Amino acid sequence: MESLINALREPWPWYLTGPLVGLMIPLLLITCNRQFGISSSLRHVCAALLPTKAAYFHYEWKKDVWNLVIALGVMIGGFIAAHYFMPAEPVQVNPATAAHLRSLNIRDLTHLQPADLYSWHALMTVRGIIIILGGGFLVGFGTRYGNGCTSGHGLMGLSLESKASLAAVIAFYAGGIFAANVLLPFILRM
Amino acid sequence: MPTPLASQQPPTSVPSSPRGILGYARFLLLGVYFGFVLIKAQAVSWVKMQEMFRFESFYYFGMFATALATAWIGVWLIKRFQIRSISGETIRMVTRPFERANIYGGLIFGLGWGMAGICPGPIYASIGAGISVMILTLASAVLGTYVYGVLKPRLPH
Repeated sequence: MESLINALREPWPWYLTGPLVGLMIPLLLITCNRQFGISSSLRHVCAALLPTKAAYFHYEWKKDVWNLVIALGVMIGGFIAAHYFMPAEPVQVNPATAAHLRSLNIRDLTHLQPADLYSWHALMTVRGIIIILGGGFLVGFGTRYGNGCTSGHGLMGLSLESKASLAAVIAFYAGGIFAANVLLPFILRM
Repeated sequence: MPTPLASQQPPTSVPSSPRGILGYARFLLLGVYFGFVLIKAQAVSWVKMQEMFRFESFYYFGMFATALATAWIGVWLIKRFQIRSISGETIRMVTRPFERANIYGGLIFGLGWGMAGICPGPIYASIGAGISVMILTLASAVLGTYVYGVLKPRLPH
């Protein structure tokens, strides 16, 4: 048992985590008859909590509570993994990336998230506000505008060979590569 | 008297809604599974995302490719053998037609993904993992969704 927990605690290789992530799609279809997607939960939160006249939020969100239940489960799973099954330094990073990030004043590279950016303290910095709040806003706006995220389009939609999902995933990567290589060097110096 | 055909479940009928706590327990367990794997895959890590977008690591490309292959094979098997859900229903899979919004929204999502180094599933997993400030990222994402919903009639789709 001890050795099993130790093995679980080690970092997992991509050829293990990839199939485990992908398995979510058939598991949800077979056990629950639902197509996977996470980002519609954001819409359900708006529909349930925020008063609005916008037609986009007037639908039977109660039928989609399952999506919020999955989101709750993801939080619990994240808690269990991070608290009981993580090595002391969970993130290993390529020395080239590390050198680049250090030159932009990101020094905490081995924790799950760098404290330079994802901490309450970072909210005192311009770059922290842009990333924590601005990045989150763009993710929420874009995922609903594009009708899906990395789960719904990237895994579920592409498995169904959807053209809409292929276009969206190409756009995800185009935006991500541009932001990481062109925008971030400016943002991180703020 | 034979049951009239009309009362039978058509193949594209909407799947039944979950009933009671046990009905939702399956969703919760699958969510726990997914969140656990996301953390073990370091899929929540801003640093790892930068590594991917700068093409300095194979990890995520390998992970995404094998994740997609696994999901695709699962979907193919369900279609090929007409596998039913555990409650006996025909498994319903639908796609929406392409619209330009997939590209416009996808680009905006991508900008946020590259900057914040995180997408919706990992936002939830990070909050569970104890990155408490990520609650603000979630709140901003909800706000972004809200603004989209309000502006939707005026945006190109």
